[in-house]
Amino acid sequence: MDLTVIWAFIIAFAVFAYVVMDGFDLGIGILFPTLRVGQGRDRAMNSIAPVWDGNETWLVLGGGGLFAAFPLAYAVVLPATYPLIIAMLLGLVFRGVAFEYRWRDPAHRPFWDAAFFGGSLVAAMAQGMTLGALLQGVEVVERAYAGSWFDWLTPYTLLCGLGVVAGYALLGSTWLIWKLDGGAQKHARWLALRAAIATIVLMGAVSLYNIFLNAEYAERWLTAPEIYFAAPVPIITAIIAVSMLRAIGTDRNSKPFWLSIALFLFGMLGLGVTMWPYVVPPGLTIWDAAAPERSQIFMLVGVAITMPLIIAYTAWAYWVFRGKVSDEGYH
Amino acid sequence: MLDFLDALMLARIQFAFTVSFHFFFPAFSIGLASYLMVLEGLWLKTGRQIYLDLFKYWLKIFAIAFAMGVVSGIVMSYQFGTNWSVFSDVAGPVIGPLMAYEVLTAFFLEAGFLGVMLFGMNKVGKKLHFAATCMVALGTFVSAFWILSVNSWMQTPTGYEIAANGQFLPGPSWWDIVFNPSFPYRLVHTVMAAYLTTAFVVGGVGAWHLLKDSTNLHARKMFSMAMWMAAIVTPLQIFAGDMHGLNTLEHQPQKVMAMEGHFDSHPDGAPLILFGIPDSEAKTVRYAIQIPKLSSLILKHDLDAPMAGLDTIPDNEEPPVGVVFWSFRVMVGIGFAMLGIGMWSLFARWRRKLYDWPWLHRAALVMAPSGFVAVLAGWITTEVGRQPYVIYGLLRTADAASPLDAPAVAASLLAFIIVYFAVFGVGVWYILRLMGKVPHVGEVGVKRGDTGPIRTAGITPGPTQNPGHDETLPADKGDV
Repeated sequence: MDLTVIWAFIIAFAVFAYVVMDGFDLGIGILFPTLRVGQGRDRAMNSIAPVWDGNETWLVLGGGGLFAAFPLAYAVVLPATYPLIIAMLLGLVFRGVAFEYRWRDPAHRPFWDAAFFGGSLVAAMAQGMTLGALLQGVEVVERAYAGSWFDWLTPYTLLCGLGVVAGYALLGSTWLIWKLDGGAQKHARWLALRAAIATIVLMGAVSLYNIFLNAEYAERWLTAPEIYFAAPVPIITAIIAVSMLRAIGTDRNSKPFWLSIALFLFGMLGLGVTMWPYVVPPGLTIWDAAAPERSQIFMLVGVAITMPLIIAYTAWAYWVFRGKVSDEGYH
Repeated sequence: MLDFLDALMLARIQFAFTVSFHFFFPAFSIGLASYLMVLEGLWLKTGRQIYLDLFKYWLKIFAIAFAMGVVSGIVMSYQFGTNWSVFSDVAGPVIGPLMAYEVLTAFFLEAGFLGVMLFGMNKVGKKLHFAATCMVALGTFVSAFWILSVNSWMQTPTGYEIAANGQFLPGPSWWDIVFNPSFPYRLVHTVMAAYLTTAFVVGGVGAWHLLKDSTNLHARKMFSMAMWMAAIVTPLQIFAGDMHGLNTLEHQPQKVMAMEGHFDSHPDGAPLILFGIPDSEAKTVRYAIQIPKLSSLILKHDLDAPMAGLDTIPDNEEPPVGVVFWSFRVMVGIGFAMLGIGMWSLFARWRRKLYDWPWLHRAALVMAPSGFVAVLAGWITTEVGRQPYVIYGLLRTADAASPLDAPAVAASLLAFIIVYFAVFGVGVWYILRLMGKVPHVGEVGVKRGDTGPIRTAGITPGPTQNPGHDETLPADKGDV
């Protein structure tokens, strides 16, 4: 199999892992103002405190991996979405330090709670808009970004941004259904139902918009024979959405969370169908942007050895902190 | 007046600013993670409560420093692409994989085990918890390994080929790329710098509490451990720095010329300029205080060895001399001051007044932040010294930047400056507050949650009196 294709899948996996894992952390941040001051917020924070750092590392793998495996794509996309990336990074700064600071300084806890919310919201919005900016196409001339300053700001990118915010809120609220019980769990259900509806509506809107966005995308989804391969994606997505809505109302454990992850998985498969084989539409394919074979092989060895270990010890860390977050917190 | 602040200069300032800020945290957390590993290991081995107390005392500080390191580090991983896209495109095939290895072998390791290290003591048991601490410490070291390999390759590039489109491609051997000529020296010198930085912080905190109460056993223990590090590692570090300098002379002679302030060649023995004011326009060092022939002795081990000066280098290949000259002297000066503290502590130990010599404690307190200054000065020396190149001799900094307009870079730079000073300033304040608390028996670890109506998680002051007889407590008592 073509090494470049393997690398495209590895990067896609890293992005997916980041989106679902940091997605529920950021989602809890986005929902933070709706949680009750005191126990409600403390427990939600405690449910992710031991794992958020590992979750965020997938973003570094996504960025670093793109730099290593598709350096040209990295060198084009980041200048093209410059303000979004800077906003995301600064948002993540506030979000990240709030985990520690809010416990260190009870007098200013409301401020750090607000920073946790604001940082999470800005980061999620910026990530969604970056995705939108990529999908709507990036102008490239002679191996460099050639568009203008504000190409990333369009109704479409805003729609994508909102979609990701809603999606992260869904992941966060279903995580809380899993980790909390009693009244807090009930509140999480209430949140999850609304986040789920918003996510489904926005996913549908972005999908429709994609078809009108450019002729090639439309061809992908609407003509034979492609349609036979593409059609199952929205159909299965719809089935997942329905069972998720039911689970949010009744399940006491992890089912809504896993179904919301499945929703993201199929959303991402849809994006893959739309973009393939471009890494930066409309001009750069994965082969245009790929690093040479020697780089790909060297890194593949590293991935093959370390990735099973990473998944194993990450799973172990989650296992250590399994179960409902009790009154006691972690100590 | 601000004409020199074009997009390129702003991008350089932005990188220098974000990387300098970032580097403070790993410089501290590399050493602190190892210190925590040693403390927990000693606790498991000896069963003495004091080690567990110190472990928990420093763990709270580590948690904050590590969080700041993580969030400022993510910025760095994207900064290459946002502001240096040409560099990313052409150098990506060679250094990208090394950075990917850093993520795979270091960042995940640190982050994956950090949660257990901070919160898991009661969930996984002592041995596994110690293993998690070791993994975090190992991760900080492995991270330094890869990122310093990348930096060293940019200073002394080897093992590459150049493609038709201008990209650097890996040659047949990755070994030649990873273990490029300056890497072993830089790695040893930087990691020891991180250990010393931490040792002087720990020593300063110990000294602060000894000044207030010289009978505090916890303060005594941390001060003693830190002073052993100062006494043993500083001489090694000075030796390693000398080796690193010789390596630089071989591979980046211009940098050494700038460090030494040698504008002119000296055919029969170059002087060591101790102080002076380099004037790049007039190509001379004003008010120079110098020792004849000593530079040749240090760098060539021969009093009369000829030394080339910057007059042999075209003007457009010269690094900025003033910055390099001064930052080098700051670093070296602090290095010898550290050596002085280390020797003083040995003398004090011999005279049995290590814990009862307020002037030693005051000196150690003053020196507490010195490691950070030295580390930063050292980095300025090496990074400014390789200018005007970003990949030494091959790619000029001016040719490596992103196609961005100055206002865009200026706006983001301003945002970074405001946010970093505010957010990390507050973080440093929280750390100083934790350091100001008296270490005591039954330290609470990183504890948070709602166990009572008015919880002030983790910062609840313990018993303020110093029992002073804690060392006889059974090991597992007070285990949180």
